[in-house]
Amino acid sequence: MSVRRLRRRLVSGTMTALVAVLSLVAVLALVLILGHLVAKGASSLDWSFFVKNPVPAGQSGGGVANAIVGTGIIVGLAALIGLPVGIGTGLYLAEYGSGRLAWVVRFVADVLNGTPSIVVGIFAWTWLVKPMGHFSALAGSVALAVLMVPMLARTTEEMVRLVPHSLREAALALGYPRWRTSLRVIARTALAGIVTGCLVGIARVAGETAPLLFTALGNLNFSTSVLEPMQTLSLQIYVYATGPFDEWHRLAWAAALVLMGLVLLLSLAARWAIRQRHGAAR
Amino acid sequence: MTTVPMEPVAAPEPRWRALRGTNLADRLYRGVLTTLALLMPLLLLALVGELATSAWPAIQRFGLSFLWTSVWDPVAGIYGAAPMIFGTLASSLLALVIAVPLSLGVAIYLTEFAPKWLRQPVAFLVELLAAIPSVVYGLWGIFVLIPFLRTVVVPPLRAAFGWTPFLSGVFYGNSLLAGSVILAIMIVPYIAAVSREVLLAVPVSQREAALGMGATRWEAVWTAVVPYGRAGLIGAVILGLGRALGETMAVTMLIGNRHDIGLSVLQPAYTMAAAIANEFSEATTSIYLSALFEVGLILFVVTVAVNALARVLIWRVARGTAVGSRAL
Repeated sequence: MSVRRLRRRLVSGTMTALVAVLSLVAVLALVLILGHLVAKGASSLDWSFFVKNPVPAGQSGGGVANAIVGTGIIVGLAALIGLPVGIGTGLYLAEYGSGRLAWVVRFVADVLNGTPSIVVGIFAWTWLVKPMGHFSALAGSVALAVLMVPMLARTTEEMVRLVPHSLREAALALGYPRWRTSLRVIARTALAGIVTGCLVGIARVAGETAPLLFTALGNLNFSTSVLEPMQTLSLQIYVYATGPFDEWHRLAWAAALVLMGLVLLLSLAARWAIRQRHGAAR
Repeated sequence: MTTVPMEPVAAPEPRWRALRGTNLADRLYRGVLTTLALLMPLLLLALVGELATSAWPAIQRFGLSFLWTSVWDPVAGIYGAAPMIFGTLASSLLALVIAVPLSLGVAIYLTEFAPKWLRQPVAFLVELLAAIPSVVYGLWGIFVLIPFLRTVVVPPLRAAFGWTPFLSGVFYGNSLLAGSVILAIMIVPYIAAVSREVLLAVPVSQREAALGMGATRWEAVWTAVVPYGRAGLIGAVILGLGRALGETMAVTMLIGNRHDIGLSVLQPAYTMAAAIANEFSEATTSIYLSALFEVGLILFVVTVAVNALARVLIWRVARGTAVGSRAL
C-alpha cells in the first residue's frame, strides 16, 4: 500500500516538474529569439541605418530609411481604413447585436480572423493591383486593413459589453438620444479597451509580410507615393534574409530588431492602456 | 388613422422618444453602424467569389485530379497540387506533435501548479511569442534554428533512427523538419492561451472533489480537470492546426520549397501558402495563375472548416464566453 502511495506521489511530483520544465522551454524560446535579435542586430543600429537608403547589392553600408518610412505609411493608411470599420462594426455588435445580421457578422469575423493572410493578399491583388495595372502601397494597406477589421470588431464588442447597463439606462433616462448615449457614454467608458484593441490590431499587422508580397511589393528606393510600390521592414527582412550576402544578413537582423521593437512597443502600450482602465474601474 | 382628434394637442416633443429610437439622428447612427457592419460579410462574399471564379479555369481543366497528381510543370501547363497539400498537412501535423505537449504543459502548469505571482508574467511572456512577426521567425530559423538542428539535433537522431525512411537522405537545412519546428514555436502561444482559458473555466469543484477523494495533485488534474475540459482542449489544438495550415512566411523561408512528396523529414517540402508566396508574382500564363488561385481556394476552405470546428468545440466547454476569440 505504501509503495503504491509512494509511486503515486512520485508520478505527481515528476509530472509537476515536467509541466514546469515545458513552461520554461516556451519562455526560453522567446528569450532566445529576442536575445539573438539584440545580439545580432544591435551592433548595426547606427545613424546611417535609420537615415540612408539601401545601397546596391555587394556594397556595404546603407540603411533602411525607405522601409521604416514605408512601414509607417502602409500601416498608418491601413489603420485609417481599418479602424473606423472595425470599431463601427464592434459598436454595432454591442449595441444592436441580438438579431440575425449580428450573428452573421460575428460568424464572418471569426472566419476572416482565421483566414491565412496570404489569401487576403491574393484578394487585394485581384481587386486593386490587377485593375490598376501596377503594384501599390495602397493595395498593401487595404490588405492589412482587411486583416485588422475582424479582430478589432470582436475586441471592441467585448470591451463595450463590459460597460455596465446602468450607465446606458441612466443616460437614456436623462433624455440623451441613443447615438449620444452610445458615443458619449458607452464608447467613452470603454475607450481604454477600444484603444487597446486598436494598438493590438496595429501591432499585429505591422509585422505582416505575406499580404504585402504582391501588393506593396517592395521598393529599393525611397518612396512616399501610396500609388507606387513601397518597401516595408517586413519585406526588407524577407529579401535580405533569403539573399546570399553577409551584408544583407547583417541588415536583416538590424531591421528585424527595429520591427520587433516597434511591435513590442505597441503591445506593451496596449497592455498599459488596459491596465489604466482596470485601475480606474476599481 | 384617427389622427384628427389628436392633432390640436401640439405637445412638446416627448423626451422618451429617445427610448423608442425614432429620432432621426438615432436612425442615422444605426444606419451608419449597420453599413459598416455589413462591409465584412460583403467582403467575405467577394473574397470567396473572387477565389472561386479565378480558380474556375483550373478547376475545369484539371478537375479533382488537381488534388492528387503531383506534376507541377508551368512550362507544359500541367498542375497537380498533391505535394503542397501533403507538405501542408505533414508540416502542420508534425508541428502539432511538438507543440501540443509543450502548450498543454504550459497551460496546466499556469492554471494548476505555478505559484500565484508567477502566473501572469509567464502567461504574458508565452503570449509574446504570438507578437513576433512571422518573417522574424523565418530569419531566426535560417540563421539560428537550422545550424542548431544540423549540429545538435539531427546527428543523434540519425544515429538512433537513421534506418527509418523518416530520416533518410542528406540534411542541408531547409527541410520539413525545420519548417515544422518553427511552426511549432509559432502556434504554442495560441494553443497555450486558449487551453489556459479552457482550464480556468473548469469549475473548482471538480478539482476539490478529486482532491477530496484522495487524489494527488497531478491525478486531480489528469483525471478530473483535463477530461472536463477535453472538448475545449481539442478545440485549442485544432485552432493551432488552423494557424499552422495558413502560416506563410516563416515556412516559406525554411521548408525548402520543393515540389516533392517524401517521407523523410530531413528533405525539402512545399506548402500551399509557400507556393502562393513564391510563385504568384511569377505566374505568367493565365492557367498558372488560375492553378495558384485554386491552391488559395483549397487553403481558404480548409482553414475555415478547421477554425469552425475548433470554435464549436471550444464553445462546448466555455459556452457563451469569448474564450479564444482573442487568440483567433
